Amino acid sequence: MSFLQVMIEAFRAMGMNRLRAGLTMLGIIIGVGAVVLMLAIGESVRGDINQRITAMGSNLFIIFPGSQTSNGVRAGRGAAQTLTQADAQALAAIENVQYSAPILSMPFQLAAGNNNWNAMVYGVTPDYFSIKTWDTESGSLFGEVEIRSLSRVVVMGRTVARNLFGDMDPIGQTIRIRNKPFEVIGILADKGSDLGGGDQDDAVFIPLSTARQQVIRTWFPGSVNMIMVQAAGPEVMKDVDYDLQQTLRIRHRIREDQEDDFTVRDLSAIAEAAQGIATMLTLLLGAIGSISLLVGGIGIMNIMLVSVTERTREIGIRMALGAKRRDVLLQFLTEAIVICVCGGAMGVALAYAGSVAVTKLSPLAVSISASGVIIAFSFSAIIGIFFGFYPAKRASALKPVEALRYE
Amino acid sequence: MNAAADLSKRKSEPVPGQPLIDLADIRKSYFSADVETPVLHGINLKIYNGEFVAIMGQSGSGKSTLMNLLGCLDTPSAGNYILNGKEVARLNDNELAKVRNETIGFVFQGFNLLKRMPLVDNVALPLLYAGVGMVEARKRAAAKLEQTGLGTFTKRLPNQISGGQQQRVAISRALVCEPALILADEPTGNLDTTTSKEIMELFTRLNEEQHMTILLVTHEPDVARYAKRLVRLKDGLVTYDGPIADAHL
Repeated sequence: MSFLQVMIEAFRAMGMNRLRAGLTMLGIIIGVGAVVLMLAIGESVRGDINQRITAMGSNLFIIFPGSQTSNGVRAGRGAAQTLTQADAQALAAIENVQYSAPILSMPFQLAAGNNNWNAMVYGVTPDYFSIKTWDTESGSLFGEVEIRSLSRVVVMGRTVARNLFGDMDPIGQTIRIRNKPFEVIGILADKGSDLGGGDQDDAVFIPLSTARQQVIRTWFPGSVNMIMVQAAGPEVMKDVDYDLQQTLRIRHRIREDQEDDFTVRDLSAIAEAAQGIATMLTLLLGAIGSISLLVGGIGIMNIMLVSVTERTREIGIRMALGAKRRDVLLQFLTEAIVICVCGGAMGVALAYAGSVAVTKLSPLAVSISASGVIIAFSFSAIIGIFFGFYPAKRASALKPVEALRYE
Repeated sequence: MNAAADLSKRKSEPVPGQPLIDLADIRKSYFSADVETPVLHGINLKIYNGEFVAIMGQSGSGKSTLMNLLGCLDTPSAGNYILNGKEVARLNDNELAKVRNETIGFVFQGFNLLKRMPLVDNVALPLLYAGVGMVEARKRAAAKLEQTGLGTFTKRLPNQISGGQQQRVAISRALVCEPALILADEPTGNLDTTTSKEIMELFTRLNEEQHMTILLVTHEPDVARYAKRLVRLKDGLVTYDGPIADAHL
């Protein structure tokens, strides 16, 4: 019997009892729909987290100055002003270090016209934007020239721009930081919140040299609040970590028995943890979907067993007419697979509708991936084969004479 | 229609001179809960090509069991059954299915048409199991229906025609693979007298015009009279085997 004929038979059998076929299919529809949608939601959460991690910068170390003890009072981390711009330059020379960006920061009241707004002011070098893979939405970033010439230029985040200028175009306008005028040369692209929830767009950036000379006073010449170091890749993180510590210890003349006067934090660990959570979430959601698919599969087996019993006589007739055991097996197996694959297709449609709804109702942008659809389809076909096989085998094992006599 | 041309289409060409069916000391017992219930006690029977045989007997005489054995739907407990030169006991499931498909055409008391299929597909079914393509199978099925006078009903479903018509469809289905033998188990059991007569005349025509071998199980003497030879069973043994004209019906 040809494949086409077997398919026609399968559809005919389904057409015989539409309500039952529909209800059986519903189990698969919900199962496949759940798997596809859950995977898609998991993926989009993971994508969202990944995006935030990339925004934070990848393969990143942040180095803070250590704490300082004066007269028995221990100040917190970063209170010491032991990190310098020269340290940053020395760290940049380490093998596998891509960028080393010293940062000097302090919150200030910013003013433009009649508006004012409090935000962090960062004194940075152009490397900072490379590490953050951050570009301007309009205007441009400052470069080495502005650093050397101590230019009073500022690049601002979206949030600051909105609060100071509203709908007006800030490029070319002047803002005052500590009563000193700075020309706005660029607006940074939207970065959103970081993993901690802080708004990364609520900040302005000025050349480090300008900041040091004219805005942020430091106790020691050349000291910075922190240094961001980006390694060449995830595989060299360990080596770079060690080299950073050694270099700084030597530069700061720390003896063997003394503690570091700085802290190196490996941000990739945070990123890994966040990604781990996202992966777990995807697995969990997938597992929930799979359980409903499994239940749907058991429903198929149930109905197929009933169907085999009901159609015992038909099986007998077919055998009398020359159907081989294989023909009968194939017929019932095909029926189960057809139900599963049809249900799978509708399940994907359902998941698509679900993804549109989730995207509308939640901040997540959920989209159904091709791989998710393929996985769900092959899964439903496998469910059909797996749960359809036993009933089909039972049908094909019937003795012709007994099947024919069955009332 | 041309009988010779029709016979040449047979896949299971009868072996000349040999009996089509050769039963030697066939026994059959059923077992339930380790209790043996013997049904056939040693049947010897030879049926040659072109014969029209009626098998009669009261219920419990073993005629249905014999029919199932002849139709390769069941296997004997002991004895030797040679069908068309092949020893049936040596065939595996697939070969038995092939024999049922190619050599035997079944006609049942309850017609046994598949409810959800149009008549033409019902008739085409054995051809599909024989590996004939769907288009060709439908064409041949429609031709067979035409022969049995149902050419205009091909698209109808079995429950849309009368009992007599359904049995004619079943006969078309039995004939569609050009079998060597028709096994009819109480073919008129569910039909009224007039329709029974039509069906039996159809069998007679098939036997006389196409030399189709027909085995008919019945308990009605009026139906058995259409056959040429009578085999009477009683308690699992053959009590009469001879021309129908000489028999006491």
